[in-house]
Parts: sequence; C-alpha cells; structure tokens
Amino acid sequence: MIKLGKKDILGIQEMTTDEISLILETAESFLEISTREIKKVPTLRGKSVINLFYEASTRTRTSFEIAGKRLSADTINISASTSSVVKGETLLDTARTLEAMNPDIIVLRHSAAGAPHLLARMVRQSIINAGDGAHEHPSQALLDMMTIKEKKGRIAGLKVAIVGDILHSRVARSNIYGLTKMGARVVVAGPATMMPRDIERMGVRAYTIIEEAIADADVVMMLRIQMERQKQNVFPSLREYAQHYCLSRRHMKLTGPDAIVMHPGPINRGVEISPDIADDPACSVILDQVNKGVAVRMAMLYLLSGGNE
Amino acid sequence: MDNRPKIVMDSDGIERCLTRIAYEILEKNKGMDNLVLVGIRTGGIYLALRLQKRISTIENGKIPMGILDVTLYRDDIAKSGKKAPLGKTDIPFDLTDKKVILVDDVLFTGRTIRAAMDALIDFGRPKMIQLAVLIDRGHRELPIRADYVGKNLPSSLWEAVSVNLLEKNGKDEVVIEEGT
Repeated sequence: MIKLGKKDILGIQEMTTDEISLILETAESFLEISTREIKKVPTLRGKSVINLFYEASTRTRTSFEIAGKRLSADTINISASTSSVVKGETLLDTARTLEAMNPDIIVLRHSAAGAPHLLARMVRQSIINAGDGAHEHPSQALLDMMTIKEKKGRIAGLKVAIVGDILHSRVARSNIYGLTKMGARVVVAGPATMMPRDIERMGVRAYTIIEEAIADADVVMMLRIQMERQKQNVFPSLREYAQHYCLSRRHMKLTGPDAIVMHPGPINRGVEISPDIADDPACSVILDQVNKGVAVRMAMLYLLSGGNE
Repeated sequence: MDNRPKIVMDSDGIERCLTRIAYEILEKNKGMDNLVLVGIRTGGIYLALRLQKRISTIENGKIPMGILDVTLYRDDIAKSGKKAPLGKTDIPFDLTDKKVILVDDVLFTGRTIRAAMDALIDFGRPKMIQLAVLIDRGHRELPIRADYVGKNLPSSLWEAVSVNLLEKNGKDEVVIEEGT
C-alpha cells in the first residue's frame, strides 16, 4: 500500500524525493485515461474540489478542473473578480465560508507567498498550492519533471538551464527545488536585475549570459516575462530583453544534442522564445507539458483524497 | 495446529489447469474469432499471457491481449488514505462487439471483478464478458461467478490464498496459510 503522508501539497521544498517519485509514477498511469473515448473514471465520485483563484489563470485552473472532472469529482471554480472578495471579504473568511460547505480539496492560487500555508493551518480540507506569489508552483514543477523524465528517460545527471525572470518566478523556484532533489544539475540565467542575490544558495549556478548557461544543456526552460509583476523597471524595453535572452535557432547549436525546450506558458512570442523554436516539434515540448499537466494534477487530487486515517 | 503455509497446487498443476482452460475457452467460443484476453493487474496479467501463448499455438494465430488496472474503479478507494500503487492500463484495441475473457488469479468476494467489468464497459460495449480464474476460493459478496475455474479451493475467511507465479515471485505455486 502506498500513501502520500501529508494533508496538503504546498510546495516542492517540503517534499521528499519519494513523494515526488510517487506523484510522477501515479501520474504516468493517469495519462492513458485522457486518451480514452470516455475520459472519466469513477474514483472521486462524491468528492468536491474548489478551485479558488485570486489571480488570472487559464491553463492551471482549466487543468485542475479537467483533472477533477476526469476523476468524477465535482469541481467548483471561484475567481476573485466575481466573488465576495470584491466586497472586501478576507481570504480566511472566504475559506471558512467554503469550509462550512464541506468540500474535500481546495486548490488555491494567490498573489501572496504563503497564503496556501496559512489556509492549510486554518481549515481541515486538503490544500493544493496552485501558485503563491513568487514563492512556489508545485504542480508546474511536477509536470515539468514528468515531461523531462519522459523525453530524456531520467532526471538525475541532466543539465537543466532555466532562463529569464528568475526573481519573480515561482515556476523557477519550484523547479530548482524539485530538479536538484532529483539529482539534476541546474543553472539559471537572466539579467542581473531579475536574479535574486542569493540564488546560488539554492544549489544552482547563476549566469547573466544565456549562451554560457545553455552550453551542453539537456533541457532549456524559458520563463515568461511577467508583465503584471514588473512594478519597477527591471529592464529598459522588451526589445532589449529579447535581443539578449530570446531563445532562437542559433542557441540550439550550443546546447547538448537533442536538447528539449520548455516553457510554462503563456508564451510572449519573440520575447522569450522565437516562434520557429516554440513551434518546432523536434525540440519544443511545450504542448507535452500541458498534456502532462492534467495527469499530474489527477495524481495530486487522487493521492490527497481519502484523508489521513 | 499446523500454521505453516500449505502448497495446494504446484507448477505442473498450474500448467495443466491453464492448458485445460485454454481448450475450454476455445470449445465454448468455437475458436478464437472475435475473442480477446484482458488480464487484471498483477497476477491476471501473467496468467493471461500464458493463456495467450497456448491459445495462439492451438489455433495458429495471435489472440489480442490487454492489461487492466482496476484500482480507480474500486468501491473502497475514496474511503482510505492508503492506496494500492496505481498501475498502467493498456488495452490497445477496441472492445466493442468483442468477446472478452477477463483473467484473474483468485476469485474471492467478486468486488475486483465488479470493478473490472465497470472499467471494461467504459472502453466500449463488449458483446460478452467471460471470467477465467485460476483459483475460486468462495465467499462471494456479489452475484458473480467464473466461467472457467482452475481449481475450487474451499477456504475460511481468515486464511490467505496466494498465487505465486514465476514471472513475479520466482516460482509457480498456490499457497494457503493462516492469515495474520
């Protein structure tokens, strides 16, 4: 018998390699369900999953919703812009109200780092962090690791280059925790203004020049420039950023053979990745990532359901 | 009382049972037209593979075989935090209008077979589902019976019956012992 020994999935930082492997292996068995004509199994019949999203999201929210539905759970979506949040209700009051309706799992996205952790302490439901500020985005890192494992056959020993706005990126942080735990060598690259000062304490090498970072890389992971988080000007213009950091054909000669290119989406075409690379099936695995996302989230919901008894 | 595990069927016994079941399947279905095998994880897979080999040899053709993991269809899954490791389901053919021979090692309460039938029907509309098991140990909790039985093994509820197979346990035998 297997068991994920926790009530919540809040971040990759507090997960063990066994727990990560368990989720990835379970997710592999869920892939097949999405290829069936009837894409549904009765496993979570009668369970309810609330997607509580305080930030805009298409793919993560849709992915969690599809994952829940394919397991026969009832999924309810609440987005801040159309809820009592606009009337001034606090996160905790909203959560307590929802708790009183007895859902089983709450999937939370919030712009404040630590919001899911706070919720997890305050309510008895299982909480899944679907992105909290610039802190963590565990389901994204898990689906990225699943994609890498499928395409490369392993994670340990690979060189993974993460390029872009490291400072604001929860995707980068979760991936750094996960990939280094699973034995990959991670390097990061981005403008100095987008690089946390003590990033190397996370066990990665930091570069400001993309060419140096991606040399011999097996995986190149491009990050989205988060326009909504650019309060202060960290670079002069998008054009200048693109000139230095946009992944294009010429870069692919520097990487290791058969390197794969990843992006968590949504893509700013021509800013982070040139369109010919993003659309090149020989290296781009961007749509594979989306496909794996549903299976990984099914695994997360499945393993958390049933409580801790 | 003797609490040691008792071997109730050895390697030769298992082989003979499977040979007989292969012939019975072909006799009842008048050949292997439209016939497919589906093994239930994990013991059923190896038994289905062995039946596939026999039937294919007897009939001089290849009978399709699929693998089914019924974990997601179990009726006790949502109640417990503990779960059996989820295996892959792989049925690489359409089940609609096929005669499906479901294969498992031990038939007990019938709940696994109930789950398996629900799963199969999600894959298409089989013309017929038949059940082949190596051991029927009784104690049914659902109105389910097997079409092909290797051996009827009367047992008490607190006994454990295990089918060990070369492919997963290193040797072929059926063992009955006092449960813990």
